[in-house]
Amino acid sequence: MTTSNPRRAERSNAKSRLWLAAGIMAVATTCRAPDREPPPSGEPGQVTGELGGGILVSAAASLTDAFDDLATAFEASHRGVDVVLNLAGSSALREQILDGAPVDVFASADHANMDRVVESGAVSGGPWIFARNRLQIAVPRGNPSGVTGLSDLADSGRLIGLCAAAVPCGDFARRSLAKAGVTAALDTDEPDVRALLTKIELGELDAGITYVTDVLSAEGRVAGIEIPESENVVIDYPIARLAAAPNAEAASAFISFVRSEEGRVILERLGFVAP
Amino acid sequence: MVEGALNAGGLQARIVLQRSETFTLDVDLSIPPGRTAALLGPNGAGKSTAVAALAGLLPIDSGRVALGSGVLDDPREGRFVLPERRRVGVVFQDYFLFPHLSVMKNVCFGPRSRGVDRSASRARAGRWIRSLRLEGLEERRPGDLSGGQAQRVALARALATDPDLLLLDEPLSALDITTRTQLRRTLAEHLDGFRGPRLLITHDPTEAFLLADEIHIIEEGRITQTGSAEDIRLRPRSTYAADLGGTNLLRGTARGGEVDMGTHVLHIADHDLTGPVLLTLRPAAISVHLVHPEGSFRNTWLTRITRVETLGHRARLLTGAPLPLTVEVTREAREELGLVPGSEVWLALKATEIGVQPGISAKEPGRG
Amino acid sequence: MKPAPRFRGRRPVRRPPGLLLALGGLGLALFIVPFVGLLARTPWSDLPRLLSGEVATSALRLSLIASISSTGVALVLGVPLAWLLARVDFPGRALLRALVILPLVLPPVVGGAALLFAVGRRGLLGGPLEQATGLILPFSLGGVILATTFVSMPFLVITVEGALRSMDRRYEDAAATLGAGRWTVLRRVTLPLIAPSLAAGLLLTWARAFGEFGATVTFAGNLQGRTQTLPLAIFVALESDRDTAVAISLLMVVVSLLVLVTLRERWWKAL
Repeated sequence: MTTSNPRRAERSNAKSRLWLAAGIMAVATTCRAPDREPPPSGEPGQVTGELGGGILVSAAASLTDAFDDLATAFEASHRGVDVVLNLAGSSALREQILDGAPVDVFASADHANMDRVVESGAVSGGPWIFARNRLQIAVPRGNPSGVTGLSDLADSGRLIGLCAAAVPCGDFARRSLAKAGVTAALDTDEPDVRALLTKIELGELDAGITYVTDVLSAEGRVAGIEIPESENVVIDYPIARLAAAPNAEAASAFISFVRSEEGRVILERLGFVAP
Repeated sequence: MVEGALNAGGLQARIVLQRSETFTLDVDLSIPPGRTAALLGPNGAGKSTAVAALAGLLPIDSGRVALGSGVLDDPREGRFVLPERRRVGVVFQDYFLFPHLSVMKNVCFGPRSRGVDRSASRARAGRWIRSLRLEGLEERRPGDLSGGQAQRVALARALATDPDLLLLDEPLSALDITTRTQLRRTLAEHLDGFRGPRLLITHDPTEAFLLADEIHIIEEGRITQTGSAEDIRLRPRSTYAADLGGTNLLRGTARGGEVDMGTHVLHIADHDLTGPVLLTLRPAAISVHLVHPEGSFRNTWLTRITRVETLGHRARLLTGAPLPLTVEVTREAREELGLVPGSEVWLALKATEIGVQPGISAKEPGRG
Repeated sequence: MKPAPRFRGRRPVRRPPGLLLALGGLGLALFIVPFVGLLARTPWSDLPRLLSGEVATSALRLSLIASISSTGVALVLGVPLAWLLARVDFPGRALLRALVILPLVLPPVVGGAALLFAVGRRGLLGGPLEQATGLILPFSLGGVILATTFVSMPFLVITVEGALRSMDRRYEDAAATLGAGRWTVLRRVTLPLIAPSLAAGLLLTWARAFGEFGATVTFAGNLQGRTQTLPLAIFVALESDRDTAVAISLLMVVVSLLVLVTLRERWWKAL
């Protein structure tokens, strides 16, 4: 339980698809799981006594590395707690929660998805912005097609990929393009940012728009081209404790940790900006 | 390339073909045109292998297969004619009529495959269909035919290709007794009408005796005897051949009118013969007595009956030591004498009734 | 007690044993309940609008083109391959057969990734291919067809190979003795004899190609109107527009049922 690998194995579309399928089949007529405890409000409370059990944290795909590190650090100081990460596109995670999946903590890559969860009354603590991100153009190492800015993405001779519009990364990318007045010559809408990044890394795509943190996480396998302030978009990451959380205490503790100084250091190391 | 059918000569085949570690076919077949030869033998003797070799479905290891003036298979000269180029018509044991084609299309198949155009093929097929009395069945599928009809279609299909050699692999064995008898006649007719050589493969001696001019007995890959039906019946050279006619066959060493069988000595008429011999004893020639018989019998001996089989008005008795034999008496005689398994009897046989053939065949098919 | 058996024709008609009924019923429920769930969630009043929209119509068009093309490619390449595996004894045949079955065993995404490594732009063959012809397979309809063929062709090969192995070859022998050369035998005897199995294989191939997702999204990407087949459209819509997702799912179910039911009757009547 001390390495981040078991969690990496759990992340990915396979698991979230399984949740999705199970959720839809069993809850087709939108029943909701009943609340397990009366929803506490306001700030996460004090950690009282020994914490134990597991918490299920649904986090946006672009938070993969960040939450891997955060979870490891949290478990180191809270030995009794086991953090399980469920990583996927924010909209997929939102749907799972609305379908009644037993999630303790939700960290979204945009406001829209978090707002929908809040509106449905599923949130009992938060949401709080815990980090910020920016967009960057990702190109294969060595920038083989010589991309210099957003306007190059309109070139139909290049292979351009974005995240699907329904995913926050895709939504923000389109806003940025709109700001720059560019119509991208799109060749694929990848279902999540990791898939997009992989194709860029492999050189199958000439360019795509991802988060700064994603480019950094690729550790040199992918190169980043700056998007100027005037064309860029600021992305807020909200985190919340869910009303139906099976382990509300540990959930609150985890959220506190993420928002603490220690958490901030971890996030900044990966390229996130303090809120 | 083989010449056309009508002026072709007969079949000259020397086939040596190893099928497995333990089985090699080694036969010599010579069939003149217009004659029917039968290859008669038990299952596993190599009959189907011979068919496959003649049809070109299996290449021979050594020897030579020639039909008329053309060579079909000669390993030494490196000649091999593909089955589709040989003009060998085969009627297979289970017919293998193409189930997805109508009777007419089945019979047309050969001519069409050889490039004859549709109307000419249909005309030719139609003649054979009429000849084999299959009118009205042209559009039927093989699945809707009776056994007898299917057999005739298979024959028509093979004949429609106008072959130089006709091979019939157990053509009647899939049929019931009544149909078989009817079809035997049809088959005989059409065989007679066929101008080339014909080879009939069968394990049924009646079929061979009735349809063939010459019979080759094949056992364990070798031909053990060749001759007419009479020859085989009266002078069998192996136990199998003997069983076909129901004769007793024994081996011994002759010297001065006596033949030493090991367990017993028999007296024969010929006193000059010396050396290994094959003796044939007709079951009906051996008489059975309850007491020591008197008379001119040179051979009498005491034995015990081991089994009794009744066939209509006849009874066949199997006797044990010193000489295991089949003896035939009338049913009435058996009843009168009260002969049952275990009965002790005296057998009597005149020396003149014992058939003697000098020499022993190349392999010894032992009596089981 | 038990009702007396009724007689229909020659055989007495009796009620199936209770346990069999119960277990069989449960098995049936496993298949039916998800469809019932789908039907319950269907936005019936909105259906016409959703199904006539761009997303649904272009996805349907692409799915049909891709699945039918895949089936065609599988037929042209798969039958000869099956023939080689069944009839020709060559070294490494067992290995080759295992390779052909591999796409059935591997997760489709792995198949898609393998295709990328082989014929992607930076792939082993893809690079030279692009240099020589300018052809880029990923992110194109051709890529979709390649991906779906990769995962569905094994069905055809396995079915046809099995049929070729189990057919009685003496029909072919008979045809040869009648004067048919090898092509004639293949055309007029062998293929017609295995026709039912061939038809079943083609049907399975089409069905698999129609429903393919993992290899397609990994290799060909996802772009509405160019590479977004029905399964991809559903997957994307599930996250943002549930109603569209359900509508398209229903569309897939209906099309599949139509094809499977009608073709099954026609082609299997010979059996």
